[in-house]
Amino acid sequence: MPKETVEQYIGNVTDTVSSFWHGLSITLSYLLRRPITTQYPDRTELPVRDTLPPRYRGFLEVDASICTGCQACERACPIGCIQINLEKDAANPKLRVVTQFDIDEAKCMFCGLCVEPCPTGAIQHTREFEASQRSVRNLTFRWADPENPFPVYKVVKGAEYFPRAPLGSILRARLEAKRWDAPGPEFLPPDPNAAAPKKAGPGAKAAAAKPAPAKVAEAKPAEAVQAAAQTAAPAEATAAPVAPAAPAAAQPDGGAAAAPTPPNPGDGQPA
Amino acid sequence: MPVNYPPAPKHTPRWMIAVTLAAMVGIPALILGAVLVATPLLQPGVLDAALGFGPETSPWTRDLVYVAAVLGLGFLMVNFGAIFSGAISWYERRVAGRIQSRIGPNRAGFLGFFVWIADAVKMILKEDLVPAEADALLFRAAPYFVLVGFACTFVVLPFGHSLAVTDLDVGIFYVTSVTALTVVGILISGWSSNSKWALFGGMRSAAQVISYEIPAGLAIFVPVAMAGTLSMQGLIRAQGGFPWEWFAFRNPAALVALFILFTSQLAEANRTPFDLPEAESELVAGYLSEYSGFRFAIFFLCEWGNIWVLSAIAVTLFLGGWQIPGVTAEQIDAVRGAATVPALAWWGWNALSLVVFTAKTLVLCNVVVWLRWTLPRIRVDQMMGLCWKYLVPIAFGCLVFTLFWQVGVGARPQLEAITGGVLFAGAVVLALLFGRRVRLNIQAVQGDKFDLSNW
Ligand code: SF4
Ligand code: SF4
Repeated sequence: MPKETVEQYIGNVTDTVSSFWHGLSITLSYLLRRPITTQYPDRTELPVRDTLPPRYRGFLEVDASICTGCQACERACPIGCIQINLEKDAANPKLRVVTQFDIDEAKCMFCGLCVEPCPTGAIQHTREFEASQRSVRNLTFRWADPENPFPVYKVVKGAEYFPRAPLGSILRARLEAKRWDAPGPEFLPPDPNAAAPKKAGPGAKAAAAKPAPAKVAEAKPAEAVQAAAQTAAPAEATAAPVAPAAPAAAQPDGGAAAAPTPPNPGDGQPA
Repeated sequence: MPVNYPPAPKHTPRWMIAVTLAAMVGIPALILGAVLVATPLLQPGVLDAALGFGPETSPWTRDLVYVAAVLGLGFLMVNFGAIFSGAISWYERRVAGRIQSRIGPNRAGFLGFFVWIADAVKMILKEDLVPAEADALLFRAAPYFVLVGFACTFVVLPFGHSLAVTDLDVGIFYVTSVTALTVVGILISGWSSNSKWALFGGMRSAAQVISYEIPAGLAIFVPVAMAGTLSMQGLIRAQGGFPWEWFAFRNPAALVALFILFTSQLAEANRTPFDLPEAESELVAGYLSEYSGFRFAIFFLCEWGNIWVLSAIAVTLFLGGWQIPGVTAEQIDAVRGAATVPALAWWGWNALSLVVFTAKTLVLCNVVVWLRWTLPRIRVDQMMGLCWKYLVPIAFGCLVFTLFWQVGVGARPQLEAITGGVLFAGAVVLALLFGRRVRLNIQAVQGDKFDLSNW
């Protein structure tokens, strides 16, 4: 260690004193100025999301009415938080329906890679960012209702415009339903008895659910339900007969409601 | 509006402002009022007279009464410390917010004043976790060492003319020795946590506190040499009410000693810039890393409560204590009267001295908070260098100078008065220059005006 001269020693002391002088005067001057921050969230002039720039990458929103079911977004996602399943519509083998379109927003890193390849702009970032949930599982957004799958969108050749719902409107309704103090959505059946039919369910469910989106099959929904019940019953001979009955009973209503508005983005919360 | 919030009022409701202001004024007034009433009345002499104890009373009865009185006073003092440390934790966060151009806590009550109560409730409700590999007994005991070291200082800390639990002959010496218990607690907590961070924190704390005891002790000798007593009340009585009668201004070396003592006490209380034992950015939370719940709260209670202790000690030793300008301690003694319960005028003067002492201490507390948000944490080697290369030699110099100074004052008593006037005038000039500097700093930012709104 080099020797310290007397000048250095005294210089250190005066440096300390002068830095105290300047430092304290600066912090005191800040103490006497107005804070530049605004109180969030209730004293802001606008909801904060409306003040964000338009290209802000917030929660993802899928407009099921223009989703082509191409799964490009699923493939693009580097962390695999999108899960899409498609099935042939039993009533109309030419039509495919999306039975599952889940985005796990808890995993999502908001990179935007899923937005880029979407041919119709069905999947978009919104400016929503406030969606605290009681359970992390509630951050999985289900854009397709497994019991009520939506048909894929057919792109008209050369189309340049896709009729998209206003960005954020669907998500906002969804968030409102998922408010932290709202009743929790049931993603999995709560009682183990119902688990058995569900497990073997995809086929039966899809079959049962067919009439709803299938516009062509509108003519004879009752027959389709019957057929579905019959196809399900032999397979599940030992299963409780109540299980197929329930969707069957629910279907006519759902079908009637869904028929006029085919792009129904319900997410598994039938009333 | 975000989905999760009910529509909030644009302004704090009036009743909330009223309740908060009442608490802000009422809680300190209540506790200081209790100190004002209880400390002079729960003294052995007063109790003897009030209960008719004479030489014939059995010593057991008397002891029982005295112990009950002491327990009452102890309860009062610990409560004072707890309330003070809670309130200053709120205040510090508000000041930190302003200094950093933000708002700070503002939800619980008007200006967020009740945040410290909310904090306390939260801490008490949390789980009291003891790590599996920790030395459970020591781990559990450590906070109480710290608490005892903190609470015991209140035995001699004066609040006003007659407002001290007791006036020990060795008052200031007692304070320096009981505060050393704090470092024992910190060392134990660091060791028993069985965590690297905690151990580093504890060891740093030991090195730091023990080093800084030396300049602090030497600086304390300066007023002791000037007053010729170790008793806290004696030290205050040797000073006067006006600033030029304070020890800090009566002797140039004492002014330097005040800064040395203040710095050393900041270091002993682990306050920034000497918060190396906790050093969030390096050591997680130092010796506190493994603590949770109530024990964690105790550590923080002592840490913030120590702000009062260190400010009160500096005020007592150098800044005239409770001395009211224009009234000497003897004049207050004279109005006491011979009765068991002192005369009303005496209570009035005592209340005034309490106000004077509290005001001075709060000013110093402000400086402590202000320093914390000004200075960055120093490195370990800088901390050691500051102590051993600067504070210790300068403190020695101050002590030797004071000894000669006292000889000089003995020969020419007017020397002290002249120095007091000159140094005080110098301090006033410096304060004005500082105020100018702050104004220039505010004006340097265009359009940024002196503005205390939006608290
Ligand atoms: S934003 Fe990125 S991480 Fe999130 S779903 Fe899209 S591709 Fe995946
Ligand atoms: S959201 Fe877009 S990319 Fe994803 S499946 Fe639908 S159309 Fe394809």
